Amino acid sequence: MKKDFDILVVGAGPAGIAAAIAAAENGLRVGVVDDSPSPGGQIWRRGTQPPTAARRWNDRFEAAAVVRMMGWRVIDCLRLTPEGGILRAECNTPGVQPADLHFRHLILATGARERFLPFPGWTLPNVMGAGGLDAMVRGGLPIEGKRVVIAGTGPLLLAVAAQLTAHGASVVAICEQASLAQMAPLALALLRQPGKLLQGAKYRWATRKTPFFTRCWPAAALAEPNPGPGSENEPQPRLQAVTLHREGKQWTVACDYLACGFHLVPNTELASLLGSRIQDGFVVTDQQMRTSIPAVWCAGEPTGIGGVDASLLEGRIAGLSAAGKTEAARALSKRRPGMQAFARALERACRLDPRLRELADDQTIVCRCEDVRMAALRGRSGWRDAKLHTRCGMGPCQGRVCGGAAEFLFGWSAGHAHPPLYPARVSSLMEEAEEEAMAASSSHPAIEPE
Amino acid sequence: MTGNHDVIVIGAGIVGAACARACAARGLQTLVVDAAGVGGGATAAGMGHIVAMDDSPAQLALTRRSQQLWSAIAAELPTEVEFERRGTLWVAADEEEMQEVLRKQTVYAAAGLETEVLDARSLAEAEPNLRPGLAGALRVPSDAVLYPPAAASFLLRQAMDLDAKLLAPQRVVAAANGQVSLDDGSRLYARRIVNACGAEATRFLPELPIRKRRGHLLITDRYPGFVHHQLVELGYLKSAHSVAADSTAFNVQPRQTGQILIGSSREFDAEDSTINHALLGAMLRRAESYLPGIGRLRAIRVWTGFRAATPDKLPLIGPWPEDASLCLATGHEGLGITTSLATGELVAAEIAGVRPEIAAEPYLPARFGDGIRTDSESMLFGEAAYD
Amino acid sequence: MTERTAQDISINSIELSVDGVRVRVAPGATVAAAVLTVDARTRTSVSGEPRAPLCGMGICFECQVGIDGVPYQRSCQILCSPGMRVTTCGEPSLP
Repeated sequence: MKKDFDILVVGAGPAGIAAAIAAAENGLRVGVVDDSPSPGGQIWRRGTQPPTAARRWNDRFEAAAVVRMMGWRVIDCLRLTPEGGILRAECNTPGVQPADLHFRHLILATGARERFLPFPGWTLPNVMGAGGLDAMVRGGLPIEGKRVVIAGTGPLLLAVAAQLTAHGASVVAICEQASLAQMAPLALALLRQPGKLLQGAKYRWATRKTPFFTRCWPAAALAEPNPGPGSENEPQPRLQAVTLHREGKQWTVACDYLACGFHLVPNTELASLLGSRIQDGFVVTDQQMRTSIPAVWCAGEPTGIGGVDASLLEGRIAGLSAAGKTEAARALSKRRPGMQAFARALERACRLDPRLRELADDQTIVCRCEDVRMAALRGRSGWRDAKLHTRCGMGPCQGRVCGGAAEFLFGWSAGHAHPPLYPARVSSLMEEAEEEAMAASSSHPAIEPE
Repeated sequence: MTGNHDVIVIGAGIVGAACARACAARGLQTLVVDAAGVGGGATAAGMGHIVAMDDSPAQLALTRRSQQLWSAIAAELPTEVEFERRGTLWVAADEEEMQEVLRKQTVYAAAGLETEVLDARSLAEAEPNLRPGLAGALRVPSDAVLYPPAAASFLLRQAMDLDAKLLAPQRVVAAANGQVSLDDGSRLYARRIVNACGAEATRFLPELPIRKRRGHLLITDRYPGFVHHQLVELGYLKSAHSVAADSTAFNVQPRQTGQILIGSSREFDAEDSTINHALLGAMLRRAESYLPGIGRLRAIRVWTGFRAATPDKLPLIGPWPEDASLCLATGHEGLGITTSLATGELVAAEIAGVRPEIAAEPYLPARFGDGIRTDSESMLFGEAAYD
Repeated sequence: MTERTAQDISINSIELSVDGVRVRVAPGATVAAAVLTVDARTRTSVSGEPRAPLCGMGICFECQVGIDGVPYQRSCQILCSPGMRVTTCGEPSLP
C-alpha cells in the first residue's frame, strides 16, 4: 500500500497534532502516523475527563483534513533526499499489509518515554512506570481502592497521583528523588507560566491526603511470600510492599502498585535512523524546528523535555514552516526562549541523585528483555560492547528501557538506530518501495481522511 | 604496554583472538591491539556457523582442520558461546541438485567427514517448515553453530591466561618493519606483526588483494523449533556463475535462544553500513521460497557487515613477502569464524618456525606473486564461498 | 468457566477470553487491562520470571501476549474486540 503526502507527521501527541493542523489548514495533504490506537499522545491519552485544552485540540484535529493512521508504527526509512522520502509503516493489526508513506516534508513528533531505573524487585508484576500505570488505568485497569506508591522524579508524579486519586485509588506515598532546594528554581520558572503553577497546585490539592517525600526513592519492591513447593496452582509472585529510602532511613509500605518513573527520555530512534544531528540526547533544530537534514523537522519532547505547551508551540512552528509559511513560523518562534528556559529548569529539577546508581545490586536485572543482570554489565566498555557480550538491549524493546538506565548508570550512549525501528514482520521487509510516487505527488488527488 | 613483544596481533576479532591464543600457547610474548572492543567487527556481524566447505581441496582442508579444533575445545566453551552441534542441511531443490548432494558426500567422505543423504521424505520430517517438494539434502552432523563475539572473547581470555596482553581501544595508524604506530603517537615493537584486521587489513597494506564484500543479516524474535539445523541451499552454487554481481542465497540458522538468523547477501563496492533494501528484500524472499512461514516471524534487527574477500576464495595466512616482520591472517571472506582456529595454528607455527598440522602453502600470501600488486578494484573476483 | 469484570461495565461491554477465561470489559479497554483483570502477568521472561506491563505505551514489550493465535502482540496498544482469544505466558505458537 502506498500513500502520498505533502507533509507526513510521525506522532499524534500535542506536537504532532499541532503540526498536522497547522499544515492542513494551509491546504496541504497531511498524514499522521502513530503507534497508539487513538490520538493525543501520552498526555492526552484517551480516558476520562480530558482537559479543556486537550478537547479543543482534539476537536480541531478531528475536523482537519488529515489522514490519520492510528495503530501504525514506522519501521524503516526506504529513501530520504532533500526533495522528500519514503517511510515504511506496519499496522498493529496482524494481516494488514505494510504501508509506504511518501512525503515531501517530514515532521518528527515522536514524544518521550519514561526513564526507568533498576532496583531490586522492579521486574515484579504491578511495578510499572508512573505514566505506565496512568496509561493502564485509562485503558481500563480497575484501580479503585488499590493502594499505590508513586515514585521517581518530575512533575509527572503529581499529575499521575491526582489522576489515580480521582479514579478512586488510595495513593499512599509520593516519593520524589530530588530535594526541595533542587526543585525551587523550577517553581520560579513556573511563575512565568501561571497556568502550569496553578495546575501543579490543583494536583497537590487533589492529593493533599498523601504524604509527599523529597529525597526519597524505592530501595526495593517486595513480593508476596512464595507459598512454597508442592502447592497446586502456585500463585505468581506479585508486588506486596515497597521499601522506601530517605536520608539513610528505610521503611516499608504495603501497596498493590508501585508506579515509578524517573522523568523522561526523548524518542530519537527515527531521527537517529534518518541521520539527523543529535546532541546530548536531543534532536538539534533551528528556530523553525528544522533538523540538520533537509526536508525533516522535529517538534516536541525530542528537541528538549518542555511539556505540553512547548510541544504545541513547536508543533505549530514546524507545521507552518514545513508548509512554507516561514513568516508565521518565525513570529511564533519568538515565544520559544521562554519555553526553553522552562525545559532547562525542569531538567535541573529532575537531575538524578548519584546515589540512585547504587540501587541495583549485582543480581538486579537491568535488561528486562534478555534478563541481563547488573553484575554482567559492570566492566563493559560501552553500550555496543555490552550489547555484544551480554545481550543487553538485544531484545524486542531494542534498548528503549535498559538504554535509558545504562545511560545514567554507566554513562553509555546508545549507538545508531538500526532498522526495523520496532520489531516488524519479516514480510514487511521483503518488498521494495513502489517507485516514483513523489514526482507526481502534487498532481495526485487528495487522499480521503480515514 | 611499551617495549618489545614477540608478536603484536592487530585486530581482536575471532581471527586475531585465535592467533593470539595459538602464539601465547607456543610461549610467545603476545600483545593484541584493537581500535574498538573484542569481536566487534565482522565477528559480530557474522552468523557463527562452524562448517566444512569443499569449494576447493585447500578450503576443505582448512575448514576440516578448524572443525576438529573446535570439537577439541567444545567441552570447555562457556555457555555464553552457545555452541551447539546443530548440523548443516545442504538442501537440494531438484534432482540435479541431488546429484550435487551425492558428489559432496563423496568428497566429504574422502576427507573423513561423515554425512547422511536425506530423501524428500526424511528432509520434510527433519524440517517440517521447509516447503514441500524439495528433493532432499545432505546432512553434515559435525557442523555447529556458536555466538562469535563470545567465542572471540573466550579465545582471547585463554590467550591472556597464557600472559598475552590486550590493548583496546587503541587505533593503529601504521604497522611495518617490526614497528606499530598508535594514534596517540606512541610506538610498539615486535619481532612479528600479525595483521588480523579482516576487511580493514588494507588500511596498512593497500596493495593486499582484498575487497570488502558487504553482507546483510536479519535476526528474528524467539521461535524455538521453527528450524533445527543450519539450512543452506545447494542451488546457490548453481546460480552463482555471475562473477561480481550482487547475490543472495537461502541460509538460515537456529540460535540457542530460539531466534532465527536469516542470510545471506553478497555485494562488492558497498563501503558503508547502510541497508540495501532491494538486496535485503531479495534475500528475505529467497528465504521465504524455502521456508514459506518465515514472513510471519517477527524481525528484531537487520544489520550489515564486511567480509574480506580474496580473488581465489582462500584466506591470506602467512608471511608478507615485502616485509619479513609482517604476517597476514585475513581474507577469510565468509569463513572466518570456522577457520579462525586453524588460522591461529598456522600463524603460530609460522612464527615459531615449526611445521604446521596442515600444509600452509595454499594460503600463503606469496601465492599471488607479482600479481599481488594489481589494482584490487580491477581484479577478477570469483564467487566466494559462504557465510 | 469463571467470569471476571473490568471497571465501568456497561450494557455495551465487550466479551473476550484470556487463557480460556471469559472477560467483560468496557469499550475502549486495552487488551493489557483485560489481561490484568484475570492474572497479574502477561508473559514469562527468558529466565522464567513472571512479567506484567511496565510502560503502558508500547515501548517495553513486557505486555506481549498472543492474540487470536498470533504471538508477541503488545497488549497495551491493542483495544479489546468481541471474541478475541488472548493467551499469556506461553511459548510462542508458530504462526
